[in-house]
Amino acid sequence: MTSLKHICKQAFIKPNNKHFFLKRNIASTTLNENYSNNYDIIIAGGGIVGCSLACTLGKNNKLSNKRILLIESSKNTPFTLPEKYSNRVVSLNPGTKKLLTDIDAWRHIESARFGIVKRLQVTDALSDASICFGEETSSENVSYIIENNLLIYAVKKELERLKNVEVLYEEKIKEYHLPDAAESHVNLHLENGGQYSCDLLIGCDGLNSRVREAMGVQYLNWNYNNVGIVATLKFSEEINNCIAWQRFLPTGPLALLPLTSSMSSLVWATTKEHAQQLLGMSNEQFVDALNEALWKVYQRSNIIDRTLKAFDTLLRASNIPADLHRRYPPKIDSIDGRARFPLGFGHATNYIGKGVALVGDAAHRIHPLAGQGVNLGFGDISCLNKVLSDAIYAGSSLGNVSFLRDYESERQKYNVGMMAVVEGMYRLYRTDFTPIVLLRSLGLQATDVFYPIKKMMVNQASL
Amino acid sequence: MAGKTLIKNIKNVRLHSSTIDNKEMLHFKKFVDQWWDEFGELKPLHAMNKIRLPWIRESLVTCNKMEDPSLPLKGYTILDVGCGGGILSEPLAKVGANVTGLDANVDLINSAKVHANLHKVNVNYVASSVEDHVQDNFEKYDAVIASEVIEHVTNKQEFLKACVQCLKPKGSIFLTTINKTWQANLATISLAENVINAIPKGTHQYEKFATPHELQRILEEYNCRTEVVHGTMYNFLTNTWHWWFNPSITYAMRAVKLDK
Repeated sequence: MTSLKHICKQAFIKPNNKHFFLKRNIASTTLNENYSNNYDIIIAGGGIVGCSLACTLGKNNKLSNKRILLIESSKNTPFTLPEKYSNRVVSLNPGTKKLLTDIDAWRHIESARFGIVKRLQVTDALSDASICFGEETSSENVSYIIENNLLIYAVKKELERLKNVEVLYEEKIKEYHLPDAAESHVNLHLENGGQYSCDLLIGCDGLNSRVREAMGVQYLNWNYNNVGIVATLKFSEEINNCIAWQRFLPTGPLALLPLTSSMSSLVWATTKEHAQQLLGMSNEQFVDALNEALWKVYQRSNIIDRTLKAFDTLLRASNIPADLHRRYPPKIDSIDGRARFPLGFGHATNYIGKGVALVGDAAHRIHPLAGQGVNLGFGDISCLNKVLSDAIYAGSSLGNVSFLRDYESERQKYNVGMMAVVEGMYRLYRTDFTPIVLLRSLGLQATDVFYPIKKMMVNQASL
Repeated sequence: MAGKTLIKNIKNVRLHSSTIDNKEMLHFKKFVDQWWDEFGELKPLHAMNKIRLPWIRESLVTCNKMEDPSLPLKGYTILDVGCGGGILSEPLAKVGANVTGLDANVDLINSAKVHANLHKVNVNYVASSVEDHVQDNFEKYDAVIASEVIEHVTNKQEFLKACVQCLKPKGSIFLTTINKTWQANLATISLAENVINAIPKGTHQYEKFATPHELQRILEEYNCRTEVVHGTMYNFLTNTWHWWFNPSITYAMRAVKLDK
């Protein structure tokens, strides 16, 4: 058995390796005569979504007698919480927090560190219009800001405790053989020669998903001519930092996400040329550019200012004033760790096939302006978990299309809606054409005072 | 399941069996190879599992009584009368039930055995009629299921009598079938078989359909109280089944055998 040899070799040649124990576990199971390379579920890709899915399915008691394998191409690097904050963070909505609490991973985050957003303030650089969600004094949180590596560590810590989930690190899948009408198993060939089969293959292998490629589904995608810049920001003084700021500049949106009382994380989407310029600057110059982006008063059209003022007066006269205490973003003192990442849009027309399903970025990719990308992935996880429970409970095979289709239709309904809204926002705020700016400003202002709509938006984005 | 109560050839014919129709047997023999094709000619039967299995499971077991959540029907003995290729028997076994699949057609039983072996599912398949089976299995089962069978049975009285005899007191009998109404005739024969070809031609005969009241009356005769009659609805465009308020086309019913 090639894979057995390989695993033993790995285990004995590199005994100092940190993932020695995991490898050894698998090697010892390999020696067990009941062992086979046939699993019920194989998850391709062990990123945030892949690990969380493995953990969620592993903890589902209806799936307790199923064998699950997670295959990840990168190393399992041990994690100790560094003093310095990482510049890659995600914003998790209450729905995602609930899922993480259910799989016991949230307690590891809680005992480490995370930022809380109680209020989200969105402003338009080209007008005075603004909208806010949540209250600083409220007990409800809008979202939670967590570093990517801390999140994945928290999930892995729970994953390691599960007996029915095995993890293969540093293994790449070379070929996928999806079942045709007569077959019932998915077959996988690894680059090391190992062969595996399963009833259900779940692709969590990100935006360039090879599982999606093997399924041959249509993938609608385009790149924005934009890149995202991330950095960790420090303020000159300690503040009650619980507001997430977002400002739509003519070049793209900029957001500050609270980490601690004196630190926030920056996500700044801008044009490629501007990003190049920003990344070439010294730290001091970058801070100046950032403060300018946050505070600069752009040349505005008189018509917009007057109309908005009139609209505001009207709202006040009707006794529904927009915002009594306008808040202003903090002044940035210094920054740390700049990096860039590409931005794009993508959506697979099908999430499922016989014996196969796509989850997370493999199925959909959106602009980070609403901070929804990873939350959509977590939504996929809890839906797929429920659908697979139903399938098991009906004695069906895990790869059964009639159940997987429930996952596809429920998630597409939600994801496509969310993606359309985010894409619409992106396009609406990309322009400085006066009539559009006027309309979007009036719309934003009107939405801000119309409580039921706001409540609905918050609920939709919290699922 | 269509085709359950059929006999293969003279060797296997239970000559005294009054519930089995030779013509039916010949019709269903055609599907031996296609029984397990989820998208083949029998796809409505595959799709039906999505509603009938949860129904059977939930009728038999409540969550708080469940020993092992991954095997909700563990400990239940179930007789699937007219199991055909085992489309319903296998999933029942997979959720923990101890299933006996009964079909008079030896070919179908053999192909069901092969499929179960291949997928490592443990079902006890028996080629026999239910009247013969009851001789050695009197009051042995917690549940008896005849799903999409009774519309192919000639003598419903004898058939249900034998089914009920297999049942333990307090056990449940589950039936799904087609109503004897003009709507059912129109939907299942005129449309489904002759126009849209959702069901193979010649599968059903109107004369053999039965109304819920007929079945209820027969069951009452054998000391069974009907608990539920509920309409079902097949959407041939999406190949899905739904519960529907109106039982005038197809319906599902459950009756409980009373203590003596």
